[in-house]
Amino acid sequence: MNPVLKLLIEGGSLTTGQLAQVAGMTEPEVNQHLEQLKKEKIFLGWRPVLDLSHEAAAGAVVRAVIEVKITPERGGGFNRLASRLARFDEVESCYLMSGGYDLLVFVKGPSLQKVASFVSEKLSTIEGVLSTSTHFMLRCYKDQGFLLDQGDANTSRLNVAP
Amino acid sequence: MNNDPKHWVARHVAALPKSGIRDFFELVAKMKGQDVISLGVGEPDFVTPWHIRESAIFALERGKTYYTSNLGLIELRREISKYVATHFNVEYRPDDQVIVTVGVSEALDLALRALCNPGDKVMFHQPCYVSYHPSIALTHGVGIAVPTYAKDNFALTAEALRAAWQPGAKVLMLNLPCNPTGGTCSREQLDKIAAFCIEKDLIVLSDEIYSELTFDGVHTSIASLPGMVERTIFLHGFSKAFAMTGWRIGYACGPALLIDAMMKVHQYTMLCASIIAQEAALEALLRGWDDVLRMREQYHRRRDLIVRRFNEVGLKCHSPRGSFYAFPDVTATGLTEKEFAVGLLEKEKVAVVPGIAFGDNGAGHVRACFATSYEQLIVACDRIERFIGGAKGTKA
Ligand SMILES: Cc1ncc(COP(=O)(O)O)c(C=O)c1O
Repeated sequence: MNPVLKLLIEGGSLTTGQLAQVAGMTEPEVNQHLEQLKKEKIFLGWRPVLDLSHEAAAGAVVRAVIEVKITPERGGGFNRLASRLARFDEVESCYLMSGGYDLLVFVKGPSLQKVASFVSEKLSTIEGVLSTSTHFMLRCYKDQGFLLDQGDANTSRLNVAP
Repeated sequence: MNNDPKHWVARHVAALPKSGIRDFFELVAKMKGQDVISLGVGEPDFVTPWHIRESAIFALERGKTYYTSNLGLIELRREISKYVATHFNVEYRPDDQVIVTVGVSEALDLALRALCNPGDKVMFHQPCYVSYHPSIALTHGVGIAVPTYAKDNFALTAEALRAAWQPGAKVLMLNLPCNPTGGTCSREQLDKIAAFCIEKDLIVLSDEIYSELTFDGVHTSIASLPGMVERTIFLHGFSKAFAMTGWRIGYACGPALLIDAMMKVHQYTMLCASIIAQEAALEALLRGWDDVLRMREQYHRRRDLIVRRFNEVGLKCHSPRGSFYAFPDVTATGLTEKEFAVGLLEKEKVAVVPGIAFGDNGAGHVRACFATSYEQLIVACDRIERFIGGAKGTKA
């Protein structure tokens, strides 16, 4: 596998300079790989992972997960409707699922009301959407591999040991 | 009446030298609060994988708080037996050829105590793990250091072994891959070493604690070579490969009679290893192999990074085939290993261990542990580069 892609999948937060050293390449080479991955629409972009429960970010966003049942269409299956839903700015992620419902939609908004009205006015009124079931997120313990607020770091490791 | 406690300390204990690592540890401890990057450690930076930690918690919840049999939990010994057969190609019976110990540290001590009469000669290759020589002294054995050389990338050779051999030598301690050099032996050398052990009737203590962290080629255990399983005590543990240093859990495998002799010492001194650690070790063997591979891949990349950077900045450094230690030659800077380590610590706040702490043959080298995040390693390498620039500047 492309070594840059491999490091990206591992999900560290290396700069391109650091990626270059770890992969044993020059920085321009890493940038070239990144450009190529972007061109191939594999690498879509960077995003920060934030602890939004932190005081400094308090109340900035409300997040919810919505289970959506939809009617598959002849010819297009779930795809057309799914990508239509996915285009809303409020939608962070959208997955087709096996099991009791069809789409799992992660949405976020500035307030509970905003999210609620997005669901009731936009999402559930789209033709083909049969039902929605909305779950608001109360607290986050781990986000995209990062543990929140847990001193798991090995700060107790000795500096010199045999 | 003599009130000075000194005269109560046993002579052979009083005679033990203070560990060179200890001195350095204290020096680093003084810099507390400053932004020191330590490459002076001897353990993984990874925390024990969660499923292993969780299984220990579960064991406590189920009330697993008792002594185990002296040899260790039979379920664990069965898995150890399977693991050693799969990865090292040697068969040991769980019932009487495996003993669970408090780390490889205890296994080493048990083996030496079970084997050494006062004055028995024990050979070991040097530079080596700091405990080897003192452990021999503590069992009233006599250590014979076999030098390994930078020109061989610190791989032990049968020639050096033959040159150092003395009549009456009984035990050979092997540590491949080696702490602190990362040295290993080619298959050809290992065959020759095995033949030498048979010729001279040596019993081998093979400490293979870094074997999973072999990056190039496959690790071969000397116990798997023809005629060797009868004269080898295989020592291994969970500290390095499974990132379980603090659990204090390891094991020894060998001929039933020798394991029984070790068990005698173990039962009267340690009784058994902690049951919680044994439960965790069981989980590690049952479901931890993917973690080992994941961590090994990280160490592998870090090794390539640090070795490349060392060579780029003019510190000659062989690529260690195994372990998580790089052992660069620092003489090009015009400094001794101690001056280098102390200077680097004081000027650039990077801790490495002077090679001399691991034996005379470590002179001119330092040990740099690369079990540290990429980010930290890169900063450490940048600082070392700056330090060398400065050191060279002042000499010129
Ligand atoms: C070569 C060698 N043997 C044994 C040990 C001790 O291992 P354990 O944690 O299993 O006692 C170490 C630890 O640094 C080591 O490097």
